[in-house]
Amino acid sequence: MLEIRAVSKTFNPGTPNELRALQAIDLTVNNGSFVVIIGTNGSGKSTLLNAVAGSFFIDSGAISLAGADLTRWPEHRRAKLLGRVFQNPFSGTAANMSIAENLALAAYRGKPRRLGWPLGHTLLSQFRDRVSQLNMGLEDRLKNSIGSLSGGQRQALTLLMATWLRPDLLLLDEHTAALDPKSADQVIALTDTIVRRDKLTTLMVTHSMQQAANLGDRLIMMHRGGIIQDFQGAEKKRIRVDDLLARFEEVRRAELLDESAAEMLRRVYV
Amino acid sequence: MSLLLGALTVGFIFSLVALGVFISFRIFAFPDITADGSSTLGAALAAMLLVHNVNPVLATSAAFVGGFLAGTLTGTLATKFEINGLLAGILVMTGLYSVNLHIMGRSNISVLGSCTLSTYAERVGTALTRNNTLNVMGWEITALEASLLMASFLFIVLAGCVMYAFFQTNLGTAMRATGDNNEMVRALGVNDENMIILGLGLSNGLIALAGAFITQYQGFADVQMGIGMVVWGLASVIIGEALVGTKQLGLTITGAVMGSVLFRLLVAIALRLGLNPNDLKLITAVFVFAALVTPGLLKRFKTLKPRSSHA
Repeated sequence: MLEIRAVSKTFNPGTPNELRALQAIDLTVNNGSFVVIIGTNGSGKSTLLNAVAGSFFIDSGAISLAGADLTRWPEHRRAKLLGRVFQNPFSGTAANMSIAENLALAAYRGKPRRLGWPLGHTLLSQFRDRVSQLNMGLEDRLKNSIGSLSGGQRQALTLLMATWLRPDLLLLDEHTAALDPKSADQVIALTDTIVRRDKLTTLMVTHSMQQAANLGDRLIMMHRGGIIQDFQGAEKKRIRVDDLLARFEEVRRAELLDESAAEMLRRVYV
Repeated sequence: MSLLLGALTVGFIFSLVALGVFISFRIFAFPDITADGSSTLGAALAAMLLVHNVNPVLATSAAFVGGFLAGTLTGTLATKFEINGLLAGILVMTGLYSVNLHIMGRSNISVLGSCTLSTYAERVGTALTRNNTLNVMGWEITALEASLLMASFLFIVLAGCVMYAFFQTNLGTAMRATGDNNEMVRALGVNDENMIILGLGLSNGLIALAGAFITQYQGFADVQMGIGMVVWGLASVIIGEALVGTKQLGLTITGAVMGSVLFRLLVAIALRLGLNPNDLKLITAVFVFAALVTPGLLKRFKTLKPRSSHA
């Protein structure tokens, strides 16, 4: 279970660029739940994921996962519990190393790196097995460097790597946003398969209303560093793309109203 | 002939510097110039211990440990204290100058009277040949020269193999990945800062080892001997990459050794042809500069060419 308690984060505090990215966020995610997070630009979706992953320390609040308080854990220590796929296909793999070497790095996630040989026969045949299930013809190219692959292939491999050892929480940060539509569909299908098969607790940030409507069992909408909507269970099942677009439009109008109202007040009183 | 043998031997010894620079510059993309100080540190430690009749193997090992510690210090400054990598290297290198002077007690020490690894190599050499000279294709060479060359060659082959094997292990793979994509290795549970610290330690350990060997080869240590070591190493690595490419780790390691030897030979020939030794470092620096910019210029030239032919 993931528990996020009153988590706040402000970037560049005390400067003109001050950004209150997360404002006292509370969120509890049950085991096996697949949560999709959508939101306007700069709403704090990715920041929330990065706060859980430990890319930075939060200003206040607490984050715990599987009974452990992660709040002060450095990023590499949290990795023992987390699987991560990034938006940029280049971020999740080491381009100059082979497919097999990348997978081997993932097969030891969270374990101490000692002087043993990573690429034994058992592991290599497991790699070939699992990679062939991607249906990308990569199983015969395990010795090739990752840099020679397409973005879609790299994201599929990153997903495989993130879930090679079952993570207590899978973090997907707009992992199809940089892909062409066909590859994006492939990676989404793969995501759905793996998450269902392993019953993974998942947080997925996306820009695609389609994905938000179709995937997961819970949908969270963020705006200005807070959670403004939380659809669960039957309510989530009923959600259609049009509903989401309408909700976004509402948010946008409220925003406009806020700004025009502020402008009017300024004109009157300042 | 003796000039050639000398150049080869020194080339093999200095290929340890090339391997060290390869680790810092190529694997971690970390511009570590601690090498200028750590090579002298290795020389100073070995010389001081040898003068006090310490076993040469022990003295040489101490040099490796000294260099390793210097490297970890640079790594710690750069990661834990978030000092710019180049500056961290400069700080440690500058500090080491005083440390080296303290170790040696004066600006140079002779080890000619002491029992060194060279003495060992000579003993083995004379025992094998039962003679003090060898005849190789009509050239008279001394057993000492031949055995030193063989010893340095064998050691570098061993060091290269160990390094190749190391970078295939779990730890070595994690190190290479750190240089490639540190965001990814953190996400996979590797402490990338520790990888950099350990890697720089190994790099400078190898470089200090070169300092210790060269001291025992030439018979003295000098506090100035490390100046320009990074650029020498980098030149060797670049030549190696030009010779064998950068695709495979094993080839790159071999290339770095070949580059070092080739570079030494070229230098020996240039000196023989009357090059002023004072100009050597300037020429090396210009060479590295040229080697760094040429690929980019060639690429620009190639991409411009088709366009101009269409016009």
